[in-house]
Amino acid sequence: MSQIIVKDLVKIFGDHPEEALKMLREGCSKSKILEKTRQTVGVFDINFHVNKGEVFVLMGLSGSGKSTLLRCLNRLIEPTSGTIDIDGQDIIKAKPDMLREIRQKKISMVFQGFALFPHRTVLHNVAYGLEIQGVSLEKRREKAAQMLEVVGLQGWEDSMPSQLSGGMQQRVGLARALVNDPDILLMDEAFSALDPLIRKEMQEELLSLQNTMNKTIIFVTHDLDEALRIGDRIALMNDGAIVQTGTAEEILTNPSDDYVEKFVADVDRSKVVTAESVMKAPTPVVSLKDGPRVALRLMKEHGISSIFVVTKDRKLVGIVLVEDLIQMVNEQKENIIDIIHQDIPKVNMDTPIIDIIPIIAETRFPVAVTREDNRLMGILVKGAVLAGMVRKGGMNGSVA
Amino acid sequence: MVVLPKIPIGLWVEIIVEWAQDNLGVVFDLVTRMIEKTVTVIEQATLSVHPIVVVILVFALVWFLTNWKTALGTAFGLYLIYNMELWKASVETLSLVIVATVLALLMGVPLGILTTRSNLVHKITMPILDLMQTMPSFVYLIPAVLFFGLGQVPGLIATVVFAMPPCIRLTGLGIRQVPVELVEAATAFGSTEWQKLTKVQIPLALPTIMAGINQCIMLSLSMVVIAAMIGAGGLGSEVLAGISRLDIAKGFEGGLAIVIMAMILDRITQSYGEKRKIKQV
Ligand SMILES: Nc1ncnc2c1ncn2[C@@H]1O[C@H](COP(=O)(O)OP(=O)(O)OP(=O)(O)O)[C@@H](O)[C@H]1O
Ligand SMILES: [Mg+2]
Repeated sequence: MSQIIVKDLVKIFGDHPEEALKMLREGCSKSKILEKTRQTVGVFDINFHVNKGEVFVLMGLSGSGKSTLLRCLNRLIEPTSGTIDIDGQDIIKAKPDMLREIRQKKISMVFQGFALFPHRTVLHNVAYGLEIQGVSLEKRREKAAQMLEVVGLQGWEDSMPSQLSGGMQQRVGLARALVNDPDILLMDEAFSALDPLIRKEMQEELLSLQNTMNKTIIFVTHDLDEALRIGDRIALMNDGAIVQTGTAEEILTNPSDDYVEKFVADVDRSKVVTAESVMKAPTPVVSLKDGPRVALRLMKEHGISSIFVVTKDRKLVGIVLVEDLIQMVNEQKENIIDIIHQDIPKVNMDTPIIDIIPIIAETRFPVAVTREDNRLMGILVKGAVLAGMVRKGGMNGSVA
Repeated sequence: MVVLPKIPIGLWVEIIVEWAQDNLGVVFDLVTRMIEKTVTVIEQATLSVHPIVVVILVFALVWFLTNWKTALGTAFGLYLIYNMELWKASVETLSLVIVATVLALLMGVPLGILTTRSNLVHKITMPILDLMQTMPSFVYLIPAVLFFGLGQVPGLIATVVFAMPPCIRLTGLGIRQVPVELVEAATAFGSTEWQKLTKVQIPLALPTIMAGINQCIMLSLSMVVIAAMIGAGGLGSEVLAGISRLDIAKGFEGGLAIVIMAMILDRITQSYGEKRKIKQV
């Protein structure tokens, strides 16, 4: 179900947008409009929707209007025209009181530079959103402390933000945004200021949080790698407009125009990069003699919903799914052979990524990488494969 | 040669002042009485205890606010004033400075905040502040005397006018220096304008606002002698008497007492700002 529907959104910076708007409709370029009317076109003719529980990524080069678009969604920037329906309510028409309530309860934001309040302790930073709603001191302490625990910062409550590392500061930023349990999370280059390792860690953390919380997240980035890793769908922006919206696979395999193609130029790597270099180690697996309980425990430990079955000498037999295993346990059966899916996708170690993508897009299982003798060598998961194509450093390396 | 007619600026100001005198007399009377009363209360309260007791109390207070070194220096300075037999004059001056500073802050801080809220207010205020700061301070004495007569009150009013500009400026500066992203964050979480101001902008601007308060106090003290010319009394009249009688000793002692007071007040206000800065790091 769509939670956010944006229609014909336009933002023009300046005092007299009318003239600029007219010129835009006539198809004039941004630079010409700036020259003639002294008005800057931020974003123009934006149409998209975001589903409930989806991670929607806005991607594009610097100055393409990502931040402007994101800030229109909670009206930190007043849109010039268009509609933004959130749960059926056009927030552009919301009165100040209403808007404040929406910001307090429904939409939160995480900032690139963290934007923590330097004069408040970590706990009081996180509690800020509750404080301005008039929640009692006791209650907001409790909730903020809980949230800090969720992001792994228990014990830091009374520190000042400046005493924390960048990654920790952004965890505080995340906790602050989550504390009033909003439906929608706006994240503007939230991890761009972090160094690569921490950044990856935060991406994974966000995804695992998202698994349990199921927020609707709009995530701005200029990094293709990041977009592929965390985005359910991606919108590519250029010069104030959205040029293509779709899943990572759609955009990679089917770029709608030259710009997108250039953007994902690293796709060429997909012909060179093979399964071997993007697969992860073939663990965990279960062997034929293991019972359903062993399989379930392993899956729980690793947070996965399916697991490969191998013979004693690690030859691939097939895959079992969590729902089947649970049923078996309920029916008190012991032999997992009965529930193994054997017709699963397999690739060789030297299969190029470009051939893997369509397979991954089709199947609901992870893809097995096997040798000629059918021995299981590795496992392919979607995020890693897509990221493998742009590992060199995302679009910075390819376009700029 | 064409002789340009003289623009009667002086005359206009005179007309305005006269009009105000005729029509706002009640208001001026009220203000005068209120200020006089406040100053007297502070004065009487301080003078009702023995100076040594005051010295000890101030010593404890300064120690609590800053450190023992400053406290010791303060106590010594105050004792010196007592010893020079300038205690009563100093208390008069201090009461005047305190009331003037409080008034300047009561008007200056909100005005400073206002300049950050609206461009129009900013544009109107800044040239007026320039004018207030460059105008020789003697000039303030004339309307002050006309409206409020001779005595403490006109001296105090002139002091307020003279001491307020840095307070307005530094308050505005402090608030404008708060990073945009922080204000944006406060907005994004649904703060009202008032919440933004009190929970984010003012706390973060506080070190700068404190610097403004410090400046304000220093300027008030620097007006002491000038205010004495229209009968504000206190240490200022000691110095004036010293000058008019060419009594070097008297003049110097009066001046020294002013300097001591300035140093004490400066250390107290500055250390407060520093303490906050350390806490933030
Ligand atoms: N307050 C403003 N006033 C005038 N023009 C603005 C303003 N904010 C943004 N712009 C312009 O709008 C366009 C889009 O800017 P925006 O910040 O949305 O880009 P972005 O995609 O977020 O870029 P970056 O990756 O650098 O953050 C740019 O041309 C920018 O100059
Ligand atoms: Mg941006």
